Amino acid sequence: MKRYLLATGIVVTAVAAFISCSTLVETAGTLGTIVGEQQGYITSAQGDSIRKSTTAVAKSLEEFTPEHEYYIGRAVGAVVLSKYKVYANSRLNDYVNVLGQTLAAASDKPDIFGGYHFLVLDSDDINAFATPGGHIFVTRGLIRCCPSEDALATVLAHEIGHVQLRHGMQSIEKARTAQALTILATEGAKNLGSSEVAQLTDTFSGVISDITNSLINNGYSRSFEYQADQASVELVNRLGYNPEGLIDMLQVMGKNIKKGGLDFAKTHPAPSDRIKEIHSKQKLTSVVEPDIRRERFKAAIADI
Amino acid sequence: MTYIRFMIVGLVLFSVLCVSMHVNAEETMSVQVKESEIRATPSFLGKIVAKVVYGDRVIVSEKNGSWTKVSLKGGGSQGWMHASALTTKRIVLKSGQTNVLTGAGQDELALAGKGFDDQVEASFAKQNKKLDYTWINMMETFKVAPEAMNAFLVQGEVGAPSEGGPQ
Repeated sequence: MKRYLLATGIVVTAVAAFISCSTLVETAGTLGTIVGEQQGYITSAQGDSIRKSTTAVAKSLEEFTPEHEYYIGRAVGAVVLSKYKVYANSRLNDYVNVLGQTLAAASDKPDIFGGYHFLVLDSDDINAFATPGGHIFVTRGLIRCCPSEDALATVLAHEIGHVQLRHGMQSIEKARTAQALTILATEGAKNLGSSEVAQLTDTFSGVISDITNSLINNGYSRSFEYQADQASVELVNRLGYNPEGLIDMLQVMGKNIKKGGLDFAKTHPAPSDRIKEIHSKQKLTSVVEPDIRRERFKAAIADI
Repeated sequence: MTYIRFMIVGLVLFSVLCVSMHVNAEETMSVQVKESEIRATPSFLGKIVAKVVYGDRVIVSEKNGSWTKVSLKGGGSQGWMHASALTTKRIVLKSGQTNVLTGAGQDELALAGKGFDDQVEASFAKQNKKLDYTWINMMETFKVAPEAMNAFLVQGEVGAPSEGGPQ
């Protein structure tokens, strides 16, 4: 009996060692499952089911590379820009990029394939979009909901949150993800023939319509929006911006938003619900906004 | 009991192999983003000591939270990179190109396979003629240097970022 316990101990330790080896998690899981079956801890049917789900998990969004996300992001961005005009005001776009890129640089995922880039859209709608490639768009209508730089920082940080939490990528239909990853995996490093490019393009088109449907038409789930709000609070806190800026912005949005609109009115939880949810997660520590920051914000949004 | 003994020996050998692979995998990593920087300190405001591009190989010497101390393979600059810029996968360069920015058409870089790249984008754009990439290309040129970020934070009296930057 003692010997048996010792053997089990060694097996458990060895399996634990495998699991710490990230590149071989799947192998370790499979091996652990076989051990479990042989020892009679689990049935063979249970073993099969575990093996299948381990493989399914391994074949997940992780297999999309930052480069894939970048090209997906460029196409999603082009679709957004087919529906919205750009607000080509360089003073405002410069300011939004300095603020947004500084926030992104201080975030948990500062390096993405093509970096983070921001652009203001010429629309009264209250709307913002973030592509999986880090292209972030904010409408004039949404900037008008921001009474301060701190408030605008929380808006941009919310969008950065969507990129980092891969909410866009998660809105790709499961079957499409599997299809795309299967094609990508079998391509290898060989040259692509024209039929392969055509096949990849079809899958790519499907991916783009899945994401833009969520982003523009249906919105993400409420939980994704709450997660992005949470990420926003954490990021602005890290830099020393006032997290109350998010509440200030949501209060103005609550007044400005038009019921039945096709913008945040349709795609986001009500501002009051978001405020409640944020307060239920933590106590926000208010930071006083210095005059100089208020002045530069006023100057930057003068034409808004 | 024999099969248990056999299995234990197998598992132990396998774990040794696994650990050694793990160490090797950590020694060298690849840059998985178009371009990034090696910095003097583990912070996004750290002074830039070298620039790296997609596919560059670096040797890892130390880890500190989300920051990894690296040196360029083949000698040269040493400093810190954020973990999000690095992958343990080897990036296959198809035609000896080291810079995705200068690569065109057939010079695609492949990361464990090929996929959605500029070739697919060109084919997609051809099928969707109303899509215009002009502003996408334009916005990608908006780049803010670390000095400008630092100046912006100082000027706006934004609280000092936590020491060492994000962890």
